[in-house]
Amino acid sequence: MSLLRFKNVNFHNDGTTILKNICVDIETGDFISIVGSSGSGKSTFLKLCCHLISPTSGNITFKDKSITEYNPVELRKIISYCFQTPYLFGDTVIENINFPFSIRNLKSDAKKINELFSMFHIPADFLNKDVKTLSGGEKQRISLIRSLLFEPEILLLDEITSALDVNNAEIVENVIASLNKKGMTVLWITHNPEQSRKYANKLLTLEASEIKSLEVLA
Amino acid sequence: MNSSDTMNITSLLIASSLVLVTLFFSYFQKLKLEKDIIISVIRAVIQLIAIGYILEYIFGMKNPLFTTLLLLFMTFNAAYNAAKRGKAIRNGLLISFVSIMTGTLITLIILVFSKAIQYVPNQIIPVGGMIISNSMVALGLCYKQITSDFKNKSEEVETKLSLGADILPSSIEIIRNSIRTGMQPTIDSAKILGIVSLPGMMTGLILAGTPPMEAIKYQIMVTFMILSTTSISSFIACYLSYKGFFNSRKQLI
Repeated sequence: MSLLRFKNVNFHNDGTTILKNICVDIETGDFISIVGSSGSGKSTFLKLCCHLISPTSGNITFKDKSITEYNPVELRKIISYCFQTPYLFGDTVIENINFPFSIRNLKSDAKKINELFSMFHIPADFLNKDVKTLSGGEKQRISLIRSLLFEPEILLLDEITSALDVNNAEIVENVIASLNKKGMTVLWITHNPEQSRKYANKLLTLEASEIKSLEVLA
Repeated sequence: MNSSDTMNITSLLIASSLVLVTLFFSYFQKLKLEKDIIISVIRAVIQLIAIGYILEYIFGMKNPLFTTLLLLFMTFNAAYNAAKRGKAIRNGLLISFVSIMTGTLITLIILVFSKAIQYVPNQIIPVGGMIISNSMVALGLCYKQITSDFKNKSEEVETKLSLGADILPSSIEIIRNSIRTGMQPTIDSAKILGIVSLPGMMTGLILAGTPPMEAIKYQIMVTFMILSTTSISSFIACYLSYKGFFNSRKQLI
């Protein structure tokens, strides 16, 4: 059974074709690197996965059930999307970290927060930091922690390391790889050829709005 | 001047010569506003005479049903104008009508039950007019703000949606900001009352011979009722209109 299946999916925006005839099966535990030139439809593909947008035509199924049969809010809790440019809202880091708890009407879990902070090499006193004072790398790691607090089944990453230095990128890569080993399905858009093959078991190449290839990596 | 004084036509005609001063300035400074000034003066006189006759007729009708119908007509017109300011708002006319009507209704009920005013046309119509027009302006500002925020802060909304938030927690900051924007002019004008400005209604009462302390009581009532109505209307309008920025699949459109 495919975890996520795209069948003849097309997406048009304002008369422009963004994705054309996309057919792909994503299995549980996959680590798929998505590559392709700018404008090939990579980000749109990820947004379709988490139902932030709907296809113009074609079907997307999650666990063999049409994505439209799911409550979109509940679906996005288990298919989490991390934007290329992290957006931290409010004034402090803690507001961002508490947000996933508050939308589930839960109290924040200090143990879980500390665990993730430590995995991403972020000191605990960061919680009270003003988001405006954070560097790009810090923002991206906080944004990832925010998405990982409730361990989504599928993690969608949109060029999250493109603005990070080598050390920060390595920290992020290691955390994502370890989560994938524990069973989390990962779809990662990257422009880095080395990164695209380092952890992934599949390499999806998009070109001119279509799937050029889906290569199974050794 | 006391309340028994009435302005005679000669005095009014002499006062009207002030228009000539404006025309002179426009001509002398080559502002090319003469045509506009003449048209606006003629329109103002005709409109005011017409509304004077209408009000005399309405105030003569003591039927509460007629007064209520007139209030509804005023509300519909205000809602229509507010909706025109918010073209991006889905069901803008209905939302505006419900918001303005609720705000007006709650405020008028409190005023009538507290015996601040009576449900008679010569009190309800002017008071209703003031609160309805202020709500209309507040709604126009709310709509402008909410539309621009949903456009400029789409990243924030989509980030929250992607974390599994429903559309209300994803939009709450935008909603609050829009309500604040709608209410701000009313709050600002309340702050400067008596220091910077003597409002038109209070000035009118004083000119008509009402003692200043009595006029102030009315002004306080007017200030509070406008604050109340604009806050209720802005609140309802923003909470009803934000949903129109999402589709049935809770995606930002």
